[in-house]
Amino acid sequence: MSTDPQTAEAPLGITPSQTIGPFFAYALTPRAYGGSELATGTVAAEGVAGERIRIVGTVYDGDGAPVGDAMIETWQADAQGRYNAAGNAGFTGFGRIEATAEGAFQIETIRPGTVAAPDGTMQAPHLSLSVFARGILTRLATRIYFEGEPGNAADPVLALVPAQRRHTLIATRESDGSFRFDIHLQGENETVFFAA
Amino acid sequence: MSLIYPRESLAAHPANASPAYGSTVKRAPSKPLILLPHTLSETTGPVFGHTAVAAGDSDLTRQHAGEPLGERIIVSGRVLDEDGRPVPHTLIEIWQANAGGRYVHVRDQHPAPLDPNFTGAGRALTDAEGRYRFVTVKPGAYPWRNHHNAWRPAHIHFSLFGPSFLSRVITQMYFPGDPLFKYDPIFQSITDAQVRERLVSRLDLATTEPEWALGYQFDIVLRGRNATPVEEPHEH
Repeated sequence: MSTDPQTAEAPLGITPSQTIGPFFAYALTPRAYGGSELATGTVAAEGVAGERIRIVGTVYDGDGAPVGDAMIETWQADAQGRYNAAGNAGFTGFGRIEATAEGAFQIETIRPGTVAAPDGTMQAPHLSLSVFARGILTRLATRIYFEGEPGNAADPVLALVPAQRRHTLIATRESDGSFRFDIHLQGENETVFFAA
Repeated sequence: MSLIYPRESLAAHPANASPAYGSTVKRAPSKPLILLPHTLSETTGPVFGHTAVAAGDSDLTRQHAGEPLGERIIVSGRVLDEDGRPVPHTLIEIWQANAGGRYVHVRDQHPAPLDPNFTGAGRALTDAEGRYRFVTVKPGAYPWRNHHNAWRPAHIHFSLFGPSFLSRVITQMYFPGDPLFKYDPIFQSITDAQVRERLVSRLDLATTEPEWALGYQFDIVLRGRNATPVEEPHEH
């Protein structure tokens, strides 16, 4: 579409990432400071079509200590597997949560539908996650899948993950019906992070 | 418009394992990242309209009863994609320390005064040409405990979404000629000096308003290229 001669040839270099640092909350998750929040952990308001689910988790560092200054962002399709669909009142698909001082976060949403992959196969229901914190210079990208989903076995992204690490991407059912998805930045159960 | 997101561009970002910045040591993943295909989950992203930004959000000097102390500045620029095309109507969030180098955040214990007239948080949407403009005060340098006598160069945090999950970035804007650059492991985590310079704003007299505020220009380039370039890229 562009006839600008400089476009196709030499890309401009992208602006590099830097850490979110420890002091983002009054701007990005400012409820405690009286500010208006762009998004919260309530990704789907009551009444949004779909199966309501709660995802809880904790962010841990390489010592197994909770990360008390992290921000999690989530992005997901609606129950029919559509992104940015019109007419979804109370649902944008985007969530943003400041982890507590104990590293804990909670997401109230609806279970997303399956989403087509570029090769025409279907991706199992999942949320895309970004993890930001002091000490993380470049956003960490991961995904949450769900225990018990029959589509997991054929999911083209899970298939790229070594079998012994796949469990780190699958939220497990808790006795109260919620899902648990802990994020381990390092260690034996280090969460799979993606280069996107 | 359909965009593609070349993987090579990711090389600009600092490695998370940057041990001179001590907090990375227990927080940087130790296992290799897995290459993620670009599916609809990655090529889409949240859209924020005018409801996300309130009148006055882009003027950090007018959020309280009085004016904040410090050097009033204007920070403006353009948000572009990798082909140099403007990224219109995209959300920018910023936050910063006050002129004394103190953040409003409850956990900032630096013994510099808070300013009752300054919070240090702002939002703006780019216009149709990708332009944005903030009015604020120049943040102060401040000490941190990374190593003995560690000081962060003055900076403003920037958070941008762009068109998709793939263009999401959080970064920091610095001021030209800061003598603290060479001692700062966060700035130096970007090992290529030319790439690092992309984070340094430029003093601009055309942005400056005489008798009122110095102006700095800071252009931001997000991931994304035209999926149908006018010529085939060739080897250099």
